[in-house]
Amino acid sequence: MKLLPGPLRRRGNKDDDEKKPNGNGNGATTALRRPNAPDETAKEREKEAGRERLKKTAVEVPVAALGWVDERTGGGPFLRGFLFRKVPKGTNWYYTLGSATMFAFLSQAVTGIFLAMYYRPSATEAYASVQHINDEVFLGLLVRGMHKWGATVMVILIFLHMGRTFFFGAYKYPRELNWIIGVVLLILTMVMALTGYLLPFDQRSFWATVVAANITGTGPIMGPYLADFLRGGAEFGATTLSRFYAIHMLLIPGLIAALIGAHLFLVAKLGTTAPPWLKAEKARDLSQEEI
Amino acid sequence: MTRVPVLTVKCRPQFVFPPFLTPSSNVADSSKRKKKKSPYTADRGMIGAFEGETVTRRALFSGGAAAAGGVATAAFALPALGFAIGPLFSQQNPRTLQDVGPEADFNPQTYVPKVISISTDVGDVGKTTIYVRKFDPARDTDKLNQPYVVVSTRCAHAGCPVRYVQAAQRFICPCHGGVYDFDGKVSGGPPVRPLDRFDSKVVNGRVLVGMRFSLDSDLGRHKPRDPGQHLDGLWQYIYPSRPTT
Repeated sequence: MKLLPGPLRRRGNKDDDEKKPNGNGNGATTALRRPNAPDETAKEREKEAGRERLKKTAVEVPVAALGWVDERTGGGPFLRGFLFRKVPKGTNWYYTLGSATMFAFLSQAVTGIFLAMYYRPSATEAYASVQHINDEVFLGLLVRGMHKWGATVMVILIFLHMGRTFFFGAYKYPRELNWIIGVVLLILTMVMALTGYLLPFDQRSFWATVVAANITGTGPIMGPYLADFLRGGAEFGATTLSRFYAIHMLLIPGLIAALIGAHLFLVAKLGTTAPPWLKAEKARDLSQEEI
Repeated sequence: MTRVPVLTVKCRPQFVFPPFLTPSSNVADSSKRKKKKSPYTADRGMIGAFEGETVTRRALFSGGAAAAGGVATAAFALPALGFAIGPLFSQQNPRTLQDVGPEADFNPQTYVPKVISISTDVGDVGKTTIYVRKFDPARDTDKLNQPYVVVSTRCAHAGCPVRYVQAAQRFICPCHGGVYDFDGKVSGGPPVRPLDRFDSKVVNGRVLVGMRFSLDSDLGRHKPRDPGQHLDGLWQYIYPSRPTT
C-alpha cells in the first residue's frame, strides 16, 4: 500500500491516521490567541474550520470514489504492479521509444476523430472538404498538420522502437510473442498510412492509391482478388474512397488499440530487458556459496 | 478388464514407436495400451461419466456451446464479409459502347487522344484518356479483329497514365520509365506486358469503344488484368481473371 500515491489509497489507512495530529496544529495556535480578541478569533476559527472541512472533503471525495472502484474491481494491485514495476539497471532514453510511439498513436486517434467531424468521404466532396478544413476551420490547418505529420512521426518512431528492441536483444525468450505482436502492429500502422494517404483525394493520393492497389494485385493467385477488394471493383470507383475511409477509421484503429493493450500487458508482465552492455550481476551470497 | 489408474503423474508425452520399430521388450506394452481404449466414458475413468455413454455431458455441452457461438458468429460475419467483397462479383463498369467521334477523326499513322468513362458516379476520377488509330492491315499483324486500335493509357507496370509521343512514336510512362512502341508492346522499362486495349466497333460512321482487354507479349487476347500482372505462359494462371469479365 505504501507504493500507492495518495489518491489511490483506501480510506482509513494507517498513513492517514498518522497525519491527523499535524493537521490540528493550527487549532493549537489559535487556542493560544483566544483571550486577546474573543469575537474576531471565534469568527476566524469558524472560517478556518470551514476551510479545513472543505479541504478534507476535497481530498476525501476522490479517494472515496477511487476506493469504491477499487473495492469492486480489485484494480489496485494491478495498477500498482503496472505503474510501479521494477526496471533493470541501465534503463535509458532508448526505452522511451515504445511509449513515444504509443503517444503518436494517441495523437493520431484524437486528431483523427476531430478531422472526421469535418471530412466528407465522397469522391466528389472529399477534396473540397479537406480544403475547407485547411483554409476555413479554426485551427484546422494545425489539427490536419498534426495528423499528417504525426503519421510520418509514428512510422519513424515505430521503426526506431523496433530497432531498439532488435539491437538490445529484447525480442528473445520470453518476449518473442511481444515481438510478433509488434510486427502485427507495424503492419497495421502501414495499412493506416496507406489508407490515410488516399483521403485528401488530390492527384498525389489518387495515383498513389492506384499504384498501391496494382502492387497488391501482383501477388500470386490471391493478389488480383485482394486488389479488387481494396478498390471495391475492377476500377477505382465510387466505393473505393469510402472503403478506405472505413478501414482507416473503424477497422484498423480498434485492432491497433487492442494490440497495444496486449503489447503493454506483456511488457508489464515480463518486465524490460537490461541493455546488452550490462553484465548480469550475481547475488552476493550466491557467489560466496560458490567459493 | 483393467482400469486406468485415476491418478497419473503427467509428464512429457513420450514418443511411441510404431510397432515395426518398437524394441521387442515393449511390444506387449504398446499393444496393451491400444486395447485399453474403450468408447465408453465410464470405462475411461472420466470425471462425471455415466454408464453407457460415449460422450460426457460436459463435453457435449461445451461442444454445443462452441457450435452455437460459431453459428451465431457466422450468422453476422459471413453476410458482412460477403457484403464487403461483393463488388468482386458484380459488374460495375459501363458495359455500353461509348462514342468517341466520326471515322474521319482517325487515321492509321498516328494516335488521337480521346476521353471515355470507365467508372460511374465519381466525377472526373472515373474518366480516362485512350489513344485511337485506325487499324492498318499493311503493318498490323495482330489477329484481334478490331477495326480500330484503341490503346489504354494505363501503364502495365503500376497503372500510371502513359502519354503518346509522336516524335518517338512511343508511349512513355512518367512514373518508373516504362516505354512502349507504336503497337503498345514493351520496348523498355519495368512493364510486364503490352498496354491494354479496348474493343472497338463502327456503327453508322461513328467509332464506338467497348470493354477493356489485356494482351500478352504476342498481342494475344486475354481477359482484362490489373497492371503488373504477367500474362505469358503459365503466368496467366498465377494471375486469375475476375469472375465477372
